[in-house]
Amino acid sequence: MEKIHTHTGVGVPLRRSNVDTDQIIPAVYLKRVTRTGFEDALFAAWRGDPSFVLNQDAYRNGSVLVAGPDFGTGSSREHAVWALKDYGFRVVLSSRFADIFRGNSGKQGLVTGIVSPEDIELLWKILETKPGTEVTVDLEAKTATADDVTVPFQIDDYTRWRLMEGLDDIGLTLTNEADITAFEATRESWRPKTLPAKHLPSVPIEAARPV
Amino acid sequence: MAGTLAEKVWEAHLVRRGENGSPDLLYIDLHLVHEVTSPQAFEGLRLAGRPVRRPDLTIATEDHNTPTLDIDLPIADLTSRTQIDTLRANAKEFGVRLHSLGDADQGIVHQVGPQLGLTMPGLTVVCGDSHTSTHGAFGALAFGIGTSEVEHVLATQTLPLAPFRTMAITVDGELPAGATSKDIILAIIAKIGTGGGQGYVLEYRGEAIRTLSMEARMTICNMSIEAGARAGMIAPDETTFEYLKGRPHAPEGEDWDAAVEYWKTLRSDDDAEFDAEVVLDAADLEPFVTWGTNPGQGLPLSASVPVPSEIADENERVTAERALEYMGLEPGKPLREVAVDTVFIGSCTNGRIEDLRSVAKVVKGRKKADSVRVLVVPSSARVRLQAEAEGLDVIFKDFGAEWRNAGCSMCLGMNPDQLAPGERSASTSNRNFEGRQGKGGRTHLVSPLVAAATAIRGTLSSVSDLDLPYDVDITTFDGSPLPVPAGI
Repeated sequence: MEKIHTHTGVGVPLRRSNVDTDQIIPAVYLKRVTRTGFEDALFAAWRGDPSFVLNQDAYRNGSVLVAGPDFGTGSSREHAVWALKDYGFRVVLSSRFADIFRGNSGKQGLVTGIVSPEDIELLWKILETKPGTEVTVDLEAKTATADDVTVPFQIDDYTRWRLMEGLDDIGLTLTNEADITAFEATRESWRPKTLPAKHLPSVPIEAARPV
Repeated sequence: MAGTLAEKVWEAHLVRRGENGSPDLLYIDLHLVHEVTSPQAFEGLRLAGRPVRRPDLTIATEDHNTPTLDIDLPIADLTSRTQIDTLRANAKEFGVRLHSLGDADQGIVHQVGPQLGLTMPGLTVVCGDSHTSTHGAFGALAFGIGTSEVEHVLATQTLPLAPFRTMAITVDGELPAGATSKDIILAIIAKIGTGGGQGYVLEYRGEAIRTLSMEARMTICNMSIEAGARAGMIAPDETTFEYLKGRPHAPEGEDWDAAVEYWKTLRSDDDAEFDAEVVLDAADLEPFVTWGTNPGQGLPLSASVPVPSEIADENERVTAERALEYMGLEPGKPLREVAVDTVFIGSCTNGRIEDLRSVAKVVKGRKKADSVRVLVVPSSARVRLQAEAEGLDVIFKDFGAEWRNAGCSMCLGMNPDQLAPGERSASTSNRNFEGRQGKGGRTHLVSPLVAAATAIRGTLSSVSDLDLPYDVDITTFDGSPLPVPAGI
């Protein structure tokens, strides 16, 4: 996972509340076997509408999403974060996030900053008045700056530390690899191993046929 | 300090204790993998350039998507075929053992672990599947995980976990004739609710549990998740050791002796404290059946469909009304008069050899009701072979049932085995959610015995409704003792 201290990119005003994960990525995309390439699936239901914010040239390459309250509610699908990241978003700012979505985001390097509703409104106005305005998000200072306006955001210290260190869950666990190796040395010999494989003699399995 | 079974297994796997509220890091002994929840986990490893840390503690099988007919032909559904091809490629690339469709050791992941002797007491077992709780029947701490956690275990063989609470579920007394372990767990879920076990590891104990076979214990632990619990466990005993001994991966020689000595310590201490306790008397139980769209909406078969207007709690009333509308059931109708279209016998809940024997014993020499189609789907290819060796397949076919290849099948309808809209099933599986067995399908969860009796009469029935007396001993077939041979 990439380390993030500050990020600067085009801000995208999404004037909607209760954007649930089915809106972020519909269930039909869950059948895929990859975890990248979901950029086309992001907000799929809205992308057909020419007036949708991401269909406007100034916002198309946006990387800082400024959304209404209760972003990421609904199903726990991790695909919602993958879709946002694949599209190019690095930060989502909202006055309130669903817990599971926020947890999934932190684990995968997407910054979720909680900004007061008044400050969200302030950012929306700047981004709508001057489309293409860049927003600088500073994790160290916990601030977001657009034009001459700087607003504070909240993020829990643990997630912030992980984002700044670029540690995903696995990276974090592997900082304790010596402990894991030491534990493995103590495991009893009766505990099972799948390899080398043992099984009864292989026999052909007859295929059942429709009756 | 006195400890519960779950706490003892937890402590024995502690790689690192969490500090300042961070989770404990637990070592995972056995990681089971299937085609649905693993593709993105392997891709995550590939993207990060990480290997599978312990391929020798990992085993994969194909089950959720596999067809149960024409398994020697290419899989028709493109999504299913892609998921299976992806698992095959990933297993090869990362050196993971895989039992593919057509292989004698292929089957539902929760049957494959036990039948190979990989599932043992005192292990931590995980799989990207909520019914991993099945393996708790051996006294293992076994639970389902998400795709990110699958990747985490593949990469590190550990998981960061917040401690669970513990709940003792004591089932005293003796099960009456015609009632099975499926009825015990359905009754437990109806009693504590689908959220009643949330945050808990359940430990099933008491006289009625001790007398159950391993297979019947697996049925109970399997459905712990339907009570909202993360895991369910049963302390190992002679029944457990007997089941394990001689299986392909069971310990041998000195290892076996050392293992058994340790396994015998795996029981909750007499003065151990549980965070919650539930007590049931098995003697009060009778065959159970669900009437609604969650596994907690169950009643004894002798009852009638609930009348929503008689339910005081508004939330429950509205839930019941919606469930009955979806299920197409008339309030007040006796459950025994509900006619079904399909009987499904199979799944990780009730697709084992003992389940098939108990069904065969009921249906032998009879014909199914004309209005009903009957699918019998063994939980693994080995179970199918064993059933054929015992002649059960002939009994099923003579009865008019379809004898299929192994897999998850109609339990969740990811393969072609689905209910049509409005079609009603009596199913030995574990979930009766809306659309679970096919869009618009209506599911009644039942035991294998109720499924068999229902297939004969065409309406929800128990063996006591049949004209011939039924021998209650379901562990033998044709009167002769039939121990479960190693390997199934």
